Amino acid sequence: MIQGEGNKHAPFELVHKRKFNLKEGFFLSLIRTLGFTGAVILIIILLFVALNGVKALSWDFITKPPIESMTKGGILPVIVGTILLTIICMVVIIPIGVTTAIFLAEYSKPGFLLNSVNMSIYTLAGVPSVVFGLFGLSVFVITFNFGMSLLAGSFTLAVMILPYIISTSEEAIKAVPYSFREASLACGTTKWQTIWKVVLPTALPGILTGAILGTAKVAGETAPIMFTAAAFFTPGIPKSVFEPVMALPYHIYVLATAGTHIEQTRPIQYGTALTLIILVLGMNLIGIILRSKQRVKKAW
Amino acid sequence: MVEINQTKYIFEIKKFSVFYGDFMAVKEATINIESNKVTAMIGPSGCGKTTLLRALNRMNDLIVTCRPKGQALFHGIDINDKDTDVIELRRRVGMVFQKPNPFPSSIYENVAYGPKVRGIKKRSQLDDIVENALVRAAIWDEVKDKLNESGLSLSGGQMQRLCIARSLAQEPEVLLFDEPTSALDPISTAKIEELIVSLKKLITIVIVTHNMQQAARISDYTAFMYLGEMIEFGDTDKIFVRPKNKLTEDYITGRFG
Repeated sequence: MIQGEGNKHAPFELVHKRKFNLKEGFFLSLIRTLGFTGAVILIIILLFVALNGVKALSWDFITKPPIESMTKGGILPVIVGTILLTIICMVVIIPIGVTTAIFLAEYSKPGFLLNSVNMSIYTLAGVPSVVFGLFGLSVFVITFNFGMSLLAGSFTLAVMILPYIISTSEEAIKAVPYSFREASLACGTTKWQTIWKVVLPTALPGILTGAILGTAKVAGETAPIMFTAAAFFTPGIPKSVFEPVMALPYHIYVLATAGTHIEQTRPIQYGTALTLIILVLGMNLIGIILRSKQRVKKAW
Repeated sequence: MVEINQTKYIFEIKKFSVFYGDFMAVKEATINIESNKVTAMIGPSGCGKTTLLRALNRMNDLIVTCRPKGQALFHGIDINDKDTDVIELRRRVGMVFQKPNPFPSSIYENVAYGPKVRGIKKRSQLDDIVENALVRAAIWDEVKDKLNESGLSLSGGQMQRLCIARSLAQEPEVLLFDEPTSALDPISTAKIEELIVSLKKLITIVIVTHNMQQAARISDYTAFMYLGEMIEFGDTDKIFVRPKNKLTEDYITGRFG
């Protein structure tokens, strides 16, 4: 009897009408809303800067220097300053960062040295950028006697971005399959030949992605260059690395806080901000494209 | 085992042990590997056969805790001696792995890799080496028109033969195979087996396999290992037909393993 009843009911118990589950529905919409909030905030910021800044953008704006106490004209030296700071910084730091990453990923053995290097990297990554600014001021500007200069600023930015470059490169190197190393060594090659010919080429897209995202971060920093490189105003583009430069983030700061024409220069402030965002987004985009190419290649 | 003329053996392994930390993975194994023959090592998982194989070209060096003990001679030279040139050892004793592992570069570059690293730059010379190796690995006809395509675009069996070609390009004397067909389908497996048998004219082969039929089909000598010990070693025909040891018999008749 009981058995028969069970059999009769069984097929129906498997079929449920789609019911609205209150708890499930609540959390789902909560997660959706919060997830969407992040995107909305980003879009609002971008739209805000874009709408305000687009009026200032023109060919003259990016190819002419500022005139009349920076209330008119373009921002050419500012753009050039940021690009130079970023390029010198990266040229200096990528070899150091990647070499350190090779050491950490391939040569270091667990122990005191590895622990202390790792600990320093984590700590450095967490230090506020203004602290790097002060470090750059005392070491590069004063002790090395570079003065407020392109070189001092680039070096300061380089020190700031070093932990990031090391950790992204280390991750990229560690992501190279162990079987590639084995295969290479079994061909009778040395460890360094294996790293140089197999590991690094395979890790290169990952290393580049890290470097480009790092570049974007460097381009947008204000605090590290404030005391080390950034000038309130320079008449043109710098002629040597020992001259101070103007830079996009610092220029926005200066126009928005320190001038006598704060209201008057609002369009230029937004234009400068938009230029910086376009520059950084462009670099991020290259990073993203490289990373997706790397994923396609990773068919192993 | 019968004592035969020493020069016949390319490897002479005597009371040879391998430790991982305190764990003894290979226990005082003794085995002689004869030139231009196929020697198979069989045994259940974890019996130490792969560890012993990897000791032959010191691939175990990559494992920090791993250390060998006892005598392992290659052409009469102790391979674990600190003066032994491990790079040259690995050039002469190549290895093919369980999972095909071509580099993410072209078929040509995969095979030319070793010679290039050793400094051969002339294109015509490299071309010859690559063709030669691919022919010997029985894959030339399949890839000769697409040498610039990625090695990863090939099928599993082709990739494995490409890896064999890559090893052959070093002109090795010995090739160590670590379960080379365990990731392959039966047809690819048959091709690799055929290839191994044809290669023994040129080189000496040591193969670790889980597949007893494979050992029976292709090897001249078979070693049976169990829990790190070399239980029995001898002619493949004898081992499979009349094993001396009860354990060997149980294993090859499928009573455990």
